[in-house]
Amino acid sequence: MTNPNGRFGIHGGQYIPETLMNAVIELEEAYNKYKNDPDFNKELETLFNEYAGRPSRLYYAEKMTRDLGGARIYLKREDLNHTGAHKINNVLGQALLAKKMGKTRLIAETGAGQHGVATATAAALMGMECVVFMGEEDTKRQALNVYRMKLLGASVVPVKTGTATLKDAVSEAMREWTSRIDDTHYCLGSVMGPHPFPTIVRDFQAVISKEIKSQLLEKEGRLPDAVIACVGGGSNAIGSFYHFIEDPKVRLIGCEAAGRGVDTFETAATIATGRLGIFHGMKSYFCQDSDGQIAPVYSISAGLDYPGVGPEHAYLHDTGRAEYVPVTDDEAVEAFEYLAKTEGIIAAIESSHAVAYARKLAPTLEKDKIIVITISGRGDKDCAAIARYRGEDISE
Amino acid sequence: MNRIASAFENKKAFIAFITCGDPDLETTAKVVREAAKNGADLIELGIPFSDPTAEGPVIQGANLRALSGGVKTDMIFDLVKDLRKEVTIPMVFMTYANVVFSYGAEKFIGKCSEAGIDGLILPDLPFEEKDEFAPICKKYDVSLISLIAPTSAGRIAMIAKEAEGFIYIVSSLGVTGMRSEIKTDLDSIVKVVRENTKVPCAIGFGISKPEQAAKAAGVSDGAIVGSAIIKIIEQYGRDAAPHVGEYVKSMKDAIRAV
Repeated sequence: MTNPNGRFGIHGGQYIPETLMNAVIELEEAYNKYKNDPDFNKELETLFNEYAGRPSRLYYAEKMTRDLGGARIYLKREDLNHTGAHKINNVLGQALLAKKMGKTRLIAETGAGQHGVATATAAALMGMECVVFMGEEDTKRQALNVYRMKLLGASVVPVKTGTATLKDAVSEAMREWTSRIDDTHYCLGSVMGPHPFPTIVRDFQAVISKEIKSQLLEKEGRLPDAVIACVGGGSNAIGSFYHFIEDPKVRLIGCEAAGRGVDTFETAATIATGRLGIFHGMKSYFCQDSDGQIAPVYSISAGLDYPGVGPEHAYLHDTGRAEYVPVTDDEAVEAFEYLAKTEGIIAAIESSHAVAYARKLAPTLEKDKIIVITISGRGDKDCAAIARYRGEDISE
Repeated sequence: MNRIASAFENKKAFIAFITCGDPDLETTAKVVREAAKNGADLIELGIPFSDPTAEGPVIQGANLRALSGGVKTDMIFDLVKDLRKEVTIPMVFMTYANVVFSYGAEKFIGKCSEAGIDGLILPDLPFEEKDEFAPICKKYDVSLISLIAPTSAGRIAMIAKEAEGFIYIVSSLGVTGMRSEIKTDLDSIVKVVRENTKVPCAIGFGISKPEQAAKAAGVSDGAIVGSAIIKIIEQYGRDAAPHVGEYVKSMKDAIRAV
């Protein structure tokens, strides 16, 4: 899917300071060397299976299926991975790669804290130093994850610039990388940023769709009719889509965070409201004003609260291969509660965006159709925020 | 000879960076005139961006102040046209790729040429991506300035060979901002630049004191100062112009002595 310059159609590229160019070239060379190396892949597979608990379950949600009265619904349970989200797939891959490259220090950005926790976990496991940049706003919203990262031996730097959320954490991690490259790998958490990150992260997350495919073939003897996942930067979505891209009959549906609605300014639905731009190392769609200033986006979900989308998603949107739909805070919170009550699964508020759209789609499809929803993470971290949303103040 | 070349003609250049609209455009205009009057050879005008990923805290602050003051790209083009009535030294824009891309590259660069802007510095546009804007810059005779960093090993000749206007040598790793010392082996970088191009090169990042400017200009063809000037504007606000003028004079005097 990637051409040599890291382009997905017109999207992607390497729009970064000259200071970082040799670092991304070095990373690309190392990745090309190791990605087909049997020893590297064996080591990674062992980490995936023995440490992260893969393969994750593909669970038939019978009650939900019956309740919605349409397509059969399967849940891809990335929430059951070690550290509670799909983020660990990418992090184990990148940390192993960084180690092979002789790096001794990992830096990362985080929004909700899931990627930060995953990076801190891999760093602890592999004996590497770890620094996580997190918007000051998010350190308050996700205090528990800050504590988890510190417990794992990482230092957490609260980012006070800009809107003090995910995009500012990315900017600050990039600034840090330009000041210390020799021993440091920037463990980017999504399919975004400069080439080769969108490709590397996608490849490490593609294990999700690889497993869905074989698990569903085993259970149903066929491919799904639709795969639904939430999209912030888009790593769990591209991971869920990747091995189905060449199967045109499988609908690929990405659910963006619409916040208070795509007709308001309080939204993070990039494909619905953004336009083409260049930011954080890539050409893609971004929420921005008429002068190209990046918009201060909003979503109840700290993990989807990002003004851009990965370049491969932008390309899948351009070509029509994938559909992108906005889901509001209200719909996501309702889905969060619905899945808890219906299936006894507390999904992350991010993943609940995908559940919300599936609730709309499933009843419109015949009973012999199959939908797979990726539950990208667990929702324990969100309970306090959802309670607040419902007007209840609980202390953690 | 184009205006940028004149800044380096038979002298070492002092290059001053100013963020447009910090704290307002009237102040920017006064500061530019004072800087020019006191010996600045080239002015870098920063167009503020919401997320300046190559900047340290001082210039980030200037971007924020300018944007909260309501500065728009069109207002900056008007400012330049107005300045050009009396300012004859070269002026270049320093901003981020999205500001140009979002405005429409052809329209933006065309307006640069019309307003009297001589060059464009985009820190998030490396050599590999310069074709995004380079052909349009060529068409309108606006120099797309290349940057070379301490980590550019193996890339300097390639960048220098296609450089236009002047080459911006980044003195240190990290973001813009003042530093007590610069450790990079700038001599060897400049040597490779000189072997590959006649385009002049100036050193920026971390220069705030006259002796640092003299040292940078001694190694290369000029010194670039941003954060130290922004710091003065931050301190004196709308009354900053004479203070910047005085500072520019002290820096230029140090460079003249090289």
